[in-house]
Amino acid sequence: MTDLFSKFDALIAEKAALMATGVRDPIGIVMDEVKSPTEAVIKGKDTILLGTYNYMGMTFDPDVIRAGKEALDSYGSGTNGSRCLNGTFRDHIDAEEALKEFYGTSHAMVFSTGYQANLGFVSTIAGKGDYVILDADSHASIYDGCFLGNAEIVRFRHNSVEDLDKRLGRLPAEAAKLVVLEGVYSMLGDIAPLDKMVAVAKKHGAQVLVDEAHSMGFYGPNGRGVYEAQGLDGEVDFVVGTFSKSVGTVGGFVVSNHPSFEILRLVCRPYVFTASLPPSVVATAATSIRKLMHAHNKRAHLWENVKQLHGGLKALGFRLPTDTPESAIVTVLLDDQDQAVTMWDKMIELGVYVNMARPPATPAGTFLLRCSLCAEHTREQIETVLGRFAEAGRAVGAIA
Amino acid sequence: MTDRAAITEAVAAQIEPFNKKGIALTDATTFQHDLEWDSLTVMDFVAAIEDEFDILITMNMQAEIETIGQLVDAVVKLKSE
Repeated sequence: MTDLFSKFDALIAEKAALMATGVRDPIGIVMDEVKSPTEAVIKGKDTILLGTYNYMGMTFDPDVIRAGKEALDSYGSGTNGSRCLNGTFRDHIDAEEALKEFYGTSHAMVFSTGYQANLGFVSTIAGKGDYVILDADSHASIYDGCFLGNAEIVRFRHNSVEDLDKRLGRLPAEAAKLVVLEGVYSMLGDIAPLDKMVAVAKKHGAQVLVDEAHSMGFYGPNGRGVYEAQGLDGEVDFVVGTFSKSVGTVGGFVVSNHPSFEILRLVCRPYVFTASLPPSVVATAATSIRKLMHAHNKRAHLWENVKQLHGGLKALGFRLPTDTPESAIVTVLLDDQDQAVTMWDKMIELGVYVNMARPPATPAGTFLLRCSLCAEHTREQIETVLGRFAEAGRAVGAIA
Repeated sequence: MTDRAAITEAVAAQIEPFNKKGIALTDATTFQHDLEWDSLTVMDFVAAIEDEFDILITMNMQAEIETIGQLVDAVVKLKSE
């Protein structure tokens, strides 16, 4: 008889060997105390948070917290049900209204997580005989949406306009097609040439979904994302986003002007067959989204932080995937798993939390440390972080 | 030369740059076990095959293709459509 878990034996052995070297568990970090959007206590040590996606630092905003507490007092701790049954409260509608204001769209649909927004939308909208054309470096939630659905799935090389054009050209002209793109790709922090890609998609009669999870609040005149910054307002059919990054809570959404959009509430299984978000979560989201519309100073400071960190790391001699910073994600490329784990461990020891990532999560077999900046990081904090990067980088031989 | 033989030859030529261990190729050679390709190599190879024959091999079809023979059959079929 085969143990169902035996398929994981090789991975279990690999992790055990890694732990035996004495490093701490990369997936076992516990924040014992969180002092602000940029500081936490890990195992008794004050730590600068540089890997949280808390781009706009909204998690401790007093108005946001107040809205959450009021909703908790007035509506209780949870909804106990689906949005389609008993799980729609005043603030679920209000969060959708806030999204419509933010994106200037006629429809908005809130899911319980960002993962479920992609999973639900992609699997439902593209059915048998339809085509989904996605970037090879797409997020797991987009891939899983493809696998859950019945459409034909076609990949193109990451950010290649030519490759997208060629593949669309080989598809049956009459078939329904969904092109799935991301504004910011989260592993290397590079952005997509959406202006060129959307033009190519339209030329072939495809509808376009752009995932703007890592750009909300700080690209484009209204903070709508990379698509807005590249002049594509009104050109993209569907925008997917999340409450867990710039908005500072949890949840996912799709916004659109498509006239038939609302039917999704009846047919999208990851929307129908799960409990809705707690009232305090949607209340904090609605307040945060409305504040993000006018957060011009925060936006400017976030970009200053990005430039300071990217420029500083480059000056230290680290290998970075982009020559200039393209997003609030700044990634350091390393040689192999040993170097990545050792350096990550050293950074934690020095009091800086960053993410470590390896294949299959990363593209092209890369091992990396990923930083994400926050509008609430101070200039002094970034300087401190750079000093610690220099120390850890020299210790593992990543820089001279 | 039959169409199938010509396509087999063209497929073999596309495999060559990815065949790091110089494995001898037959219809029964598997991509995952014999050639030991990981998912990234598979992706690059599929893109190369698509461009060579001006066809599309969807991820749904890729899931059914394990050997060189199966790939050649799929290309023959796609070229005739």
